[in-house]
Amino acid sequence: MKELMSGNEAIARGAYEHGITFASAYPGTPSTEIMDAFAKYDGVYAEWSPNEKVALEVGIGAALGGARALVVMKHVGVNVAADPLFTVSYTGIEGGLVIISADDPTMHSSQNEQDNRNYARSAKIPMLEPSDSSEAKEFIKIAFRISEEFDTPVFLRSTTRVSHSKSVVELEEPEAREEKRGTRYDPSKYVMVPAMARPRRIEVEKRMDKLLKFAETFSENRIEINDTKVGIITAGMPYNYSKDAFPDYSYLKLGMVHPLPRGLIREFASKVEKIYVVEELDPFIEEQVKAMGIEVVGKEVFPYTGEFDPGIVETAITGNHTGEYDPSIVETDITSNGGVGTDLPTLALPSRPPNLCPGCPHRGLFYVLGKLNVFVTGDIGCYTLSFMKPLKGMGSCICMGASIGMAHGMDKVIEEKGKVVGVLGDSTFIHSGITPLLNMVYNKSNAVVVICDNSTTAMTGMQEHPATGFTLQGEVTKKLDFVKLAEVLGIENVRVVDPFDIKNTRSVIKEELSREGPSLVISKAPCALLAVKQKAIGRTPLTIDPDKCTGCRACLGLGCPPISWKKLEDMDIKIEKKTKKQDGIAIIDSSFCNGCTLCQQLCSSGAIGEVVGDE
Amino acid sequence: MNESVKSVLLVGVGGQGIIRASDILSAVMMKAGFDVKKSEVHGMAQRGGCVSSHVRFGRKVYSPMAKEGDVDILVSFEKLETLRYLKSLKTCGKVIINNEEVYPPSVNLGEAEYPSDAIDFIKKYFKDVKVVDAIAMALRSGDKRMVNTVILGVLSSYLDIKTSVWENVLEESFPPKILKGNIEAFRLGRGV
Repeated sequence: MKELMSGNEAIARGAYEHGITFASAYPGTPSTEIMDAFAKYDGVYAEWSPNEKVALEVGIGAALGGARALVVMKHVGVNVAADPLFTVSYTGIEGGLVIISADDPTMHSSQNEQDNRNYARSAKIPMLEPSDSSEAKEFIKIAFRISEEFDTPVFLRSTTRVSHSKSVVELEEPEAREEKRGTRYDPSKYVMVPAMARPRRIEVEKRMDKLLKFAETFSENRIEINDTKVGIITAGMPYNYSKDAFPDYSYLKLGMVHPLPRGLIREFASKVEKIYVVEELDPFIEEQVKAMGIEVVGKEVFPYTGEFDPGIVETAITGNHTGEYDPSIVETDITSNGGVGTDLPTLALPSRPPNLCPGCPHRGLFYVLGKLNVFVTGDIGCYTLSFMKPLKGMGSCICMGASIGMAHGMDKVIEEKGKVVGVLGDSTFIHSGITPLLNMVYNKSNAVVVICDNSTTAMTGMQEHPATGFTLQGEVTKKLDFVKLAEVLGIENVRVVDPFDIKNTRSVIKEELSREGPSLVISKAPCALLAVKQKAIGRTPLTIDPDKCTGCRACLGLGCPPISWKKLEDMDIKIEKKTKKQDGIAIIDSSFCNGCTLCQQLCSSGAIGEVVGDE
Repeated sequence: MNESVKSVLLVGVGGQGIIRASDILSAVMMKAGFDVKKSEVHGMAQRGGCVSSHVRFGRKVYSPMAKEGDVDILVSFEKLETLRYLKSLKTCGKVIINNEEVYPPSVNLGEAEYPSDAIDFIKKYFKDVKVVDAIAMALRSGDKRMVNTVILGVLSSYLDIKTSVWENVLEESFPPKILKGNIEAFRLGRGV
C-alpha cells in the first residue's frame, strides 16, 4: 500500500517494520514527530527522556541488554549527548544502536546550524543520509543491519527538508525480529578505563577499515552515468535539488556520508570531465575528495550557510562565479532563492515573526521582566520569542539550560545586586537546569531564577515530561514537584506566582531580587494551546469600548495578536478625543481573544470589558 | 529543468489550515496517479508566523520545493503573504487569493502600514488572479475554520482532477461530524 509520509513518519515506520521495539528521545524540531509516530505502533516501548544525554545512555543500556535501540534527537541535542557518544563508539553494542540526528540548515527552528556529519567523523561512527521518505524508511533498516554486522552505533542524519517533506512510501508488513535479551559480563568491552579503552581504540580503527571496504560496494552509494561533461557528487536532499535542476548530468549519489567510498569516488572522477560537490553547510565531502587529489568545485560557488533548493544549485553551477570566496552567495533567505521569475519591484513588506499566542502565560511574566531594570538571561522555548518588541523581556539565549548558569556568572561579576534574572521553561529546566540551580546554592548566588511552568513541552508541540504526570505512551506516572525539588537543593526562597496577575508577579520578583541568596520563582499557568486542548478555559473574550479608550497604548505593550491600533482618522465612526494628544484607539479582535485579562489589568481608563452577547 | 512537474505553493499565516490543505491536495494528486512531494516548515509556524507549503506533482518529482520563479499556482490564504511570495511564480503563473487581512505585530503596534493596494499591484503583473471571499463561504457552510476547504475547492477548478477523487480524499480527511460542512465548503469554492 502506498502512503504519503513525512521523512519523520517514514523513519518511525521503517523502525517498526524492522521489528524495532525500543526507542528513547528528547523532543526537538525537526526530529520530534519520529517519536510521536513511533510511540503509537503496537508492541513498542518509547520514552521521552529528560535530555538527549540521558536518552542516548538509555539507548546504550537497552542495546547492551540485547535490544535493538533507536535514539532520536535534533542536531544540537547531539552536543548534549556527545559525552556517551564518543565512548560508545569504542565499546560497540550488543543488540543494535541507531542514533538519529535531525539537522536544521537555515535554522528554521534552532539556535545554530551545525553540520552533524562532523560528529560521525570525529566519533568514528558510520552515518547514512536519506534523501526522501522512501529512503528514510529503507535506510533506518540498513542502519540497524550495519550496527549489528559491524558492532557499532550508527548515525542516520536527516535535515529539516527530509524530516518535514512528504513523499510517497510503499508500506511493508512488520517483521518480528529475534533479540537475545539479557545481561552479559564483558569488562574488556564495556568498562572503558584506560587499560580497556586502549585496545578498544584499536578495534575502532579496524572497524572503520572494514566499513571503508563496505562503503565501496554498498548499493546506496551509486553512480548514475548520463552526460559525462559534468558529474555531481551529492547526498541527502541536495541530490533532489540537483536532479531537479540538472536531470541530464551524471551523479555519484552517496547514501552513506561517513566513511566515504574512496575507490568509487575515483571511479566516478575518471568517468566525468568536471565535478561539482553539492552539499549544504560544511564542505564535508568536498574537502575529503580534494584531499584525495581530485579536482572538484564546491564552496567556491555554493553557499556555506542555509539550505539549498533547485534554484540555488542551478545558479551556483551555471552562474558566473570568479572562483573566489564571494560573500554575496553566503546569504540565502526563504523568499529569495536566486531563480528567475517576474521582474518585480522590491516591496517593503511588514515582517511576520512568530509571536506568543493569545492567552499565552509567558506574556504577563515577560511584560513584567521587560519593565524591570534587570538583565534577563533566557533559554530555549516559546518564551524566547519575548525578546522582541514590545515585550523586550530577554537579553540572551544560548542553549538549553544556559539561563541559570549565565545568571549566576553574571551576578558574580556585577557589583550592583539584584540585577539578574534567569528564565527557562519547565521542560528546559528538567533538561539541564537542575545542576546549575544546585550550583547557585553551592556557590552562593544572589540571582533569581524563574521557571515558566506551562505544564508541557510547548515549542515542539505538547510533549509530556517528568513534571506533567504522564509518559510518552500515556501512562500515569510520578509528577516532579518543583517546589520540593528546590527545597531539597537548598533554595530557601521559593515562590509560586500566577503570571496572569501582573501586579503580584511584579511585586514577588522585585522582593526576590532584593533578597540575599538564590531565589526560585515558579510562574505557573498552563500553555494556552494545552488549555484549549483540555477544554480548561472558561474565559470570556474581551472588547474595548471606543468611547472610553484614551489611546494610551498601554495594552499594545503586551504585543498580543488580537490587539491592534487604529488611527482616529481611519475610523468609520466619530470618536471623541479624551486627551489633546489622542490620535487613535486600541481595538481587540474578540474572535481571536482568549480572555486572559492582562490588557484589562493595564487599562487605567476601564475601557476593556467582557464581550456581551453576540458581539 | 523538469518541465513535466507542476508546482503549487500555498501560503498564509499559522492557524489558517494551510498544512491540512496541502496534505489533502497531495493525497488527491497521489490518488490521481502522480508522484507527489510536499514540503513546509513546521515549528514556529504555530505561533502566528508565515506558513508556506510547496506541493509538486508529476511523473517523477525530485525536489519537494520549486525554485523561485517556477511555481504554477500561488494559493494565498492572506493578502499580505501573497505579496511576500509573488516572486516564486512563473511569469504566466496563476494566483488565488483569500480576501483576508491578518495584521502582523508591527501593523498592530501602528509602526507599519498594511499594504492597501495589494490586489491592484498583483493584477498589474499577473493576468490570472482570482480573489475569493473564502471566510464568507466558510461561514455559509457552517464554520469559519472551513476556509481552507473552500480554497481547495477554488484550486480544484484549476486542476484537471475529477470531483469524485477530491471528495473521496475529503471523506478520508474529516470525521463524519464535520464532513458534510466541508463537502459543502469545497463545492462552494469549486463553483467560484
